[in-house]
Amino acid sequence: MSASYAVELVSVTKRFGEVVAVRDMTLRIPDGEFFSLLGPSGCGKTTTLRMIGGFEMPSRGEIFIGGEPQGYRPPYQRPVNTVFQSYALFPHMTVYENVAFGLEMRGVSREDIRRRVAEALDMVRLAGMERRRPSQLSGGQQQRVALARALINRPKVLLLDEPLGALDLKLRKAMQLELKQLQHRVGITFVYVTHDQEEALTMSDRIAVMNHGLVLQVGTAEEIYEHPNCRFVADFIGETNFLHGTIAGRRQGALEVTLDVGGTVLAQAGQDIGRGQPVTLAVRPERVRLSPGLPGGEVNALSGTVEDVVYTGVATTYWVALGQGERLMVRQQNEQIGAGPVAERGEKVTVSWPVDAASVFAQASEAQAQAAPEAGA
Amino acid sequence: MIETLRRRPGLQAALLIFPAASFLVVFFLMPLFIVVAYSFLERGKYGGVVWSFTLENLQRAVDPLYFNTFLRSARIAGLTTVICLLIGYPLAYLIATQSDRRRNFLLLALMIPFWSNFLVRTYAWLTLLRTNTGLINVTLMGLGLIREPLPLFGNDFAIILGLVYGWLPDMVLPLYAALSRLDPSLLEAASDLYAPGRRVFTRVVWPLTLPGVAAGSILVFIPSLGAFITPALLGGGKSLMIGNVINNQFLAAHDWPFGSALSTIMIGLMLLATLAYFRLVRRRG
Repeated sequence: MSASYAVELVSVTKRFGEVVAVRDMTLRIPDGEFFSLLGPSGCGKTTTLRMIGGFEMPSRGEIFIGGEPQGYRPPYQRPVNTVFQSYALFPHMTVYENVAFGLEMRGVSREDIRRRVAEALDMVRLAGMERRRPSQLSGGQQQRVALARALINRPKVLLLDEPLGALDLKLRKAMQLELKQLQHRVGITFVYVTHDQEEALTMSDRIAVMNHGLVLQVGTAEEIYEHPNCRFVADFIGETNFLHGTIAGRRQGALEVTLDVGGTVLAQAGQDIGRGQPVTLAVRPERVRLSPGLPGGEVNALSGTVEDVVYTGVATTYWVALGQGERLMVRQQNEQIGAGPVAERGEKVTVSWPVDAASVFAQASEAQAQAAPEAGA
Repeated sequence: MIETLRRRPGLQAALLIFPAASFLVVFFLMPLFIVVAYSFLERGKYGGVVWSFTLENLQRAVDPLYFNTFLRSARIAGLTTVICLLIGYPLAYLIATQSDRRRNFLLLALMIPFWSNFLVRTYAWLTLLRTNTGLINVTLMGLGLIREPLPLFGNDFAIILGLVYGWLPDMVLPLYAALSRLDPSLLEAASDLYAPGRRVFTRVVWPLTLPGVAAGSILVFIPSLGAFITPALLGGGKSLMIGNVINNQFLAAHDWPFGSALSTIMIGLMLLATLAYFRLVRRRG
């Protein structure tokens, strides 16, 4: 159990009666990392955070913080602090008293408390608000008080449970950047729970994607976006087209897939999949190129008919029917003013993408991954 | 008609409040006024009053003989309140932290004693506590555990026991309301910020439930201060409270002005106690 990990979970399982909230989870979060737990509601991300904080105890497995096993230590004995979803500011105390609470409980001298509260409020740009009550602050200000109240204790790890969920979009975007910068400045490990994939991609050094109590993939934003390891991750992070097909063989170090809609494409092999296996192919809409007319023999090119064109400002989205009910979403950046759409509704077009733009998942393993947790839930 | 009401919300409010207001004016404010007015009049020969102004009744009421009864009653009511709080707070906490179904069951259980008459219930205590024939003493002596009967009856102990029994639910209900409104994440936040359980209570739970504590305390203290059935039955005619003295002035001594004077002073004391309590709570809360 190396001490260079701020948090380490080893085979942690959490059951609530019959329900398995977290299943055999092993995670290592290095010192100073901004780490996100990302997944839909009920995936076990908040339970994981609460176990690190000591609000829930693991049914099995062990949690290490700074290399030390936590066992059944209560929250007040753990070197972590939490920013709660609803902020949980003490309504009967002033901003000053809220921020000072942790230091006071640890018996820090009055002068030191005064100095450190001033520093902490400065850090979150709330100097001068000491005498206010939480009810007299805006949502964004309350959020920053919650941050100051946690960070003033200089925890080994800061736990954040969807802290931006209650803010409006503009403020949320601003706070994302601010949080990221703050984390750089204080150098404390952040473990951040969110269901918002964009938020996770924006802020995190690494992300763990969870579903049904399982960690499906851990990686940098780029890794999980460009190389999702299963259909769920590809679907949950960003937008993706799924096409169904069968492995036809190998060519030039890539997998050759015969699509159900007809045509053969090449794709990077993430895993070894045997010939004849049914697979799902995932392609990001912005990686697909759209050109008028019929395919001229290039690699990974299919023909289709434009069904719909939607202009969204930065980009234009085309829906292309490939036949047999399969549709492909294509997103083209609008780089020049007045360029107009590449194709009109009803037009025959060619769609194509580079070999490394598509991920292939065996359908069987996917079925397993989704069936296993459901059996337990 | 309806249009007029829509245009004049003030009139609408006046109409809504009229039944309650007129009831209170006739049956509460008028009698209260009469009681206060009687305090300054002379007694009639066979009850009633003579319409001539005097301060004699109020002077007599603060005479040590009666004023000590006031103090004694206040002490008994205060003790009753403290004991109700000590028993009621953990009970309310327990109820507030149960699942919805068990919560409703426990609240129902708390109310069940109210289904029978207060006088009957107090008589039931009498049969339990009585010195020589009470069930508790008879049993304990029968078992040979004690030789002399325990002094369970005809004293302050019996009165306080009866009052606590009678008013405990009035303490528990507002406490329960305050505790169930408490956001559990505040307790977690305190615990996260290095507060052990004891300090989570003193710094977060207690201050945030003070309004409930105040409401419960007032609801127990005031009826306890004015109690007369409980001290009359369980005090055994020896241990009296101010409620009994007032009762006697009206029904036995036929001295309505003096009874009124005692009542007026008691109302004043209650008002002061209530104001003081609210002040305390507002400052802390």
